[in-house]
Amino acid sequence: MSSRAYLSIENLGVTFDAGGRASEVLRGVDLTVDQGEFISIIGHSGCGKSTLLNVVAGLIPVSMGAVIVDKRAVDAPGPDRAVVFQNHSLLPWLTVYENVRLAVDKVFRGAKSRAERHEWTLHNLALVQMLHAKDKKPAEISGGMKQRVGLARALAMEPKVLLLDEPFGALDALTRANLQDSLMEIHAKLGNTVLMITHDVDEAVLLSDRIVMMTNGPAAGVGEVLRVDLARPRNRVEVDGQAAYLAARHAVIEFLYARHQGLRPAA
Amino acid sequence: MSLPAMSLEPAPPDAPSVQRAEIVALPRRPVAGRAARVAKAVAGQVLPPLVTLAVIMLLWQGLTSASGAGLPSPAAIWRDSRELILNPFFDRGGVDKGLFWHALTSLKRVAVGFSLAAVVGVALGVLVGSSRMAHRGLDPIFQVLRTVPPLAWLPISLAALHEAQPSALFVIFITAVWPIVINTAVGVRNIPQDYVNVGRVLRLSPPEYFVTILLPAATPYIFTGLRIGVGMSWLAIVASEMLLGGVGVGFFIWDQYNASRISDIVVALVWVGLVGYALDRLVALLGRIVSRGVAAS
Repeated sequence: MSSRAYLSIENLGVTFDAGGRASEVLRGVDLTVDQGEFISIIGHSGCGKSTLLNVVAGLIPVSMGAVIVDKRAVDAPGPDRAVVFQNHSLLPWLTVYENVRLAVDKVFRGAKSRAERHEWTLHNLALVQMLHAKDKKPAEISGGMKQRVGLARALAMEPKVLLLDEPFGALDALTRANLQDSLMEIHAKLGNTVLMITHDVDEAVLLSDRIVMMTNGPAAGVGEVLRVDLARPRNRVEVDGQAAYLAARHAVIEFLYARHQGLRPAA
Repeated sequence: MSLPAMSLEPAPPDAPSVQRAEIVALPRRPVAGRAARVAKAVAGQVLPPLVTLAVIMLLWQGLTSASGAGLPSPAAIWRDSRELILNPFFDRGGVDKGLFWHALTSLKRVAVGFSLAAVVGVALGVLVGSSRMAHRGLDPIFQVLRTVPPLAWLPISLAALHEAQPSALFVIFITAVWPIVINTAVGVRNIPQDYVNVGRVLRLSPPEYFVTILLPAATPYIFTGLRIGVGMSWLAIVASEMLLGGVGVGFFIWDQYNASRISDIVVALVWVGLVGYALDRLVALLGRIVSRGVAAS
């Protein structure tokens, strides 16, 4: 089974060496993801979910076990695992277009002609509905728009796995709902394999095929994996109140607050 | 300013219709209001320094007009050095030139020494900022060397280079280089981890990373260093020229002191101050143009 999986995390352990004192963040994490699947990772603050994502991205080295994407072990960052960071991390001295173009030029230099790269950049900006702001600097657009551009930059790399690190965490509820809808549309259209970190239960249930619930650190691991049995395309209004939705929501809340309460109060 | 209120007043009493009075009044009010506001803003900017200047002049005149005062009063300076003040462009050969030529010569030296310091300083700063070992090895030495006063370098550079001209350039260089190195290093070390991660995910090569991320991210810091550096190099040039001789504001001041023409020195000091201020503004402006957008994030 694990040989067929597109992304597989096998017995992953991560230990940080903090000034001579080893601190074990993740231990024995196993997870397999099929191509096109949308996976959310949820857990309390400090449980190591961001660490897990960064390991898949290659930004943090594996201490034990392995991360395998499309039959190749991850040992460094690369555009095949594009990341949308929580605080957008657009380069402020480049315009919206230039931020996406930078990624397009880097990934498709040689594979696409200059004109094709230009078209591809515009295509991805159109996909996230940001074509109208292509010549603006990041400082001139709203937080939600910045995340859209960050998403466009990641999508433009045509990643094997799209990694989202609490992408909508810093946004207000309405903007967040808007972006979630856009993300669902894009996922339906392109069929990306997505790994998303979130701390929002509704977001996890609405967007995911499966929700990975993590136990509390130190030495956190996968506590439970929940399959969300809701037909796609999903509509937030229609889904709300359905038995499957409520059941999934309840299961996650029960896991987070009844069985694995945050160890550090109000952390 | 009561201008806007006045422009409204004629309307109500005997206007043909209330509507028309409003139509006339509305476009007028903002125009008058804007002119008044601009005038007020300009006055608010220009008046305080002018008032301060006048007060200083008066105090100065009062303190130095008594007979036996060591320094000339403003009136005496005007009497003694009128030609120097009014005609900065005369050139009678040798060192007998207008202050513009002296300042220009000094500025040329600063341009050479400072450009060199900028290139070397940014390069060293990038090295110290991006390599931990380079930081550990070089930073303590830089911190010690940067406290050496410019003039203390002069005998060393004269001994090493034997000639006045390159020694003056070296003094400018060595004075200006430290703030550039240190600020650049801080800028490079403070590049947000997010930008670094973007570079890693995109697999930017070291030269690509340098051009697309490191340099723009550190630009505000680099320009802070350049601004401090240009100010310090102007300090150094005046001091080193005093000892080296030839054309230049520094030597001009020393020369006039030996000729007991204190009035001319005061005029030269004003030039030194204004040129230094202009240099500072120039680098600040350049920095604002180059790093537009970065600071706004």
